[in-house]
Amino acid sequence: MKVDQHVKPPFEAVVAQYGATVLRVTRAVVGPADADDAWSDAFLAALQAYPRLPADTNIEAWLVTIAHRKAIDITRAASRRAVPVADTPESPARERADAHDLDLDAAVGALPPKQRQAVAYHYLAGLPYSEIAVILDSSVAAARRAAADGIATLRRTYPLIDTARNRQ
Amino acid sequence: MIAHDLTEHFPVDQNHLKRLHTRLELDAQASDLLDIAYRTVDSTVGPLLLAATPRGLLRVAFANESHDLVLQNLSARISPRMLEAPARLDSVVRQLDEYFTGRRHSFDVSLDWSLSSGFRRIVLGHLNSDIAYGTTTSYAALAQLSGSPKAVRAVGTACATNPIPIVVPCHRVIRSDGTVGAYRGGPVAKRALLDLERGR
Repeated sequence: MKVDQHVKPPFEAVVAQYGATVLRVTRAVVGPADADDAWSDAFLAALQAYPRLPADTNIEAWLVTIAHRKAIDITRAASRRAVPVADTPESPARERADAHDLDLDAAVGALPPKQRQAVAYHYLAGLPYSEIAVILDSSVAAARRAAADGIATLRRTYPLIDTARNRQ
Repeated sequence: MIAHDLTEHFPVDQNHLKRLHTRLELDAQASDLLDIAYRTVDSTVGPLLLAATPRGLLRVAFANESHDLVLQNLSARISPRMLEAPARLDSVVRQLDEYFTGRRHSFDVSLDWSLSSGFRRIVLGHLNSDIAYGTTTSYAALAQLSGSPKAVRAVGTACATNPIPIVVPCHRVIRSDGTVGAYRGGPVAKRALLDLERGR
């Protein structure tokens, strides 16, 4: 009898291992207001598909792909609702009680979508550009360039990006 | 160097993740995607792992079984759609608490027998319905009851592999010489349950 080398862990282990990463990604891609909805939609869809997932799948890339699609759904729904964008006051280093840096949210939110996604998937999820190219339906070079351009802009609009947070 | 740890700028609060997890439990239950809900609970015989499907209580595991391995096994045998989701087990936990404090003598819990089949399933069914709180029986008597008087060893195996101990009372089956015999949760746990039921 063939022994399956890759035993699929309970879905709870997937949530425990990747929940924080997916939340960082959704916060960067759709912004803090919609991040919870994107996270919830993504994990519910992942739970549904999980039993049929081949056991040797890169789970993190698979989750980020699902989160990417759910984020697009949410962004489309939000634009149909035509919610006005909040003003971004200019006082420095504003944080909410939950330690979100509002300036960072604003700076990331101002990036073009492809750059925002490439930055999130590479710098927050740690995916290689080959995986990101598949998610963004682009070439590897274009994915790499989008992330590089996004980071270059962030360094201008949010200089703290090169500072370790605990040394601020 | 190059924003190498952007994650530091996106702190994640553990309580925030907990709230999202609770929302996922509710969404999964509402969408009929929570194939197995589980939780652990402390008891007088040590921490117990409880797992339930929508049909009922599937598994009770003592601390002497690795809970991670038990969950892995359920994932492979039943479904990997599993979450630590306490709500489905609220009633079981309440009844176990009443049992361990001597206020409950029988469990009113629906059971999922998916992990038992054939003769073992028959044996456990008789055990569940015919051997009352505070009484004991022998492996031979249970074999008789199950319609196969000679299958004493098979009855022993059925009890030793009972997936729902305590609720399905295999601790009430003892050896013909009066010694307690083997138990999935260990002989100390078996003795403790028998003493509890005798009001000691």
